[in-house]
Amino acid sequence: MSLIQIVGELLKGLGVSVEIFFLTLVFSLPLGLVVALGRMSKNKGINTLTKIYISIMRGTPLMLQLFVVYYGPYYLFHMKLSPTYRNSAVYIGFIINYAAYFAEIYRSGIQSMPVGQYEAAEILGYSRSQCFLRIILPQVIKRILPSITNEVITLVKDTSLAFSISVMEMFTKAKALSSSQTSMTPLIVAGIFYYVFNFVVAIAMERVEKSMDYYK
Amino acid sequence: MIKFENVGKKYPNGYEGLKNVNLDIEQGEFIAIIGLSGAGKSTLIRTINRMHDITSGDLTVDDVNVMSLSGKALRRFRRKIGMIFQSFNLITRTTVIKNVLTAFVPDMPWYRSTFGIYTKEEKLKALEALDKVGILDKAFFRADQLSGGQQQRVALARTLAQNPQIILADEPVASLDPVTAKQVMDDFKRINKTMNITILINIHHVDLALQYCTRVIGIRAGEIVYDGPASAVNDDVLKQIYQGGQEETA
Repeated sequence: MSLIQIVGELLKGLGVSVEIFFLTLVFSLPLGLVVALGRMSKNKGINTLTKIYISIMRGTPLMLQLFVVYYGPYYLFHMKLSPTYRNSAVYIGFIINYAAYFAEIYRSGIQSMPVGQYEAAEILGYSRSQCFLRIILPQVIKRILPSITNEVITLVKDTSLAFSISVMEMFTKAKALSSSQTSMTPLIVAGIFYYVFNFVVAIAMERVEKSMDYYK
Repeated sequence: MIKFENVGKKYPNGYEGLKNVNLDIEQGEFIAIIGLSGAGKSTLIRTINRMHDITSGDLTVDDVNVMSLSGKALRRFRRKIGMIFQSFNLITRTTVIKNVLTAFVPDMPWYRSTFGIYTKEEKLKALEALDKVGILDKAFFRADQLSGGQQQRVALARTLAQNPQIILADEPVASLDPVTAKQVMDDFKRINKTMNITILINIHHVDLALQYCTRVIGIRAGEIVYDGPASAVNDDVLKQIYQGGQEETA
């Protein structure tokens, strides 16, 4: 198998990895905000529930969570799921895991906002939702962006965990090719791809950060 | 007109923040509230726009019972009362003009506020407000690049943009140097004179209070101990207001 063929195969896998990456971000970023609001809620029930959720998501391995999401429905409820559920299981697992991490980042950002910001909005006659959406959240996003970047970069590498339930993403392919070809090349190429992927992510996030830090 | 009738505020833990306060404040007055830290100056000022609730008595602003307001009515009521803080409370990482424009958001439809689309009229009003406090040239600077005095003026411009009848100022010059403090007090004075806006100001600098304000309210342990013209404030009055305190009186 030539290098070109290996690269071609891995690129197909990369497509799946990118898909996991984007779907996770698109859903876990808003979900994380909702969880953060629950975590800060004065309602004891919601508060405790989200606390437990975050604790479990952060306290257990993502790989184990993927197994639970994928095999759980069958083992626990004897549900027969179609083979395509494999991909959905990965999305679900990643989204609920990353939402927990993002939630804590949002929370730290929101709680770091000085009381004066709320007061100033209140005396200008803002409603609570106007205050949060127009004053607090935009400032929080600027503040938490570096932490978010960190998580996003981790996510790129974490997509390889989909290997554990045999989703055909890049790492799974690289491992399979490496075994069948008895060669390191696929793994090295995959490594380069991950690195480049993250390099692009880092540059993109830096751009976003800069664009928000205007007039300086 | 602001009217306090036997107003009291008791905190849930039993502490009395305000005791039996009676005041009549006419439109266009420029009043200094002086007293020790913790005497109830901030509490008094913050009951007027209901940032704090009162627990007894009646407080009316233009014949509206402040405690009867809630929700939308309260927000509309707050639109006509500006407030200035010691720490300015600006959005530091954006421009001065955008800070002033935030004053219009409550009256804007959501689709405009979401995307930050302001009308020409609103922008002109914001620039006008900045001109009134003399920092028009700083309109497109980032707020955190300005000095303390300039930031307080941005806050003042933001308040003016909401077209208030009353401005409450909670220690507006406490974090400013003496020269800048004077400049900001000059701004207050000018606004009070030219726009007939009632101004209530909490202040630790007695000399500034006496120099700029026409009326002084002295408060000690939640009670009004002096209420009269600034010209009648003498050492005895100050002693009474600051009695037993360790704090500097000037």
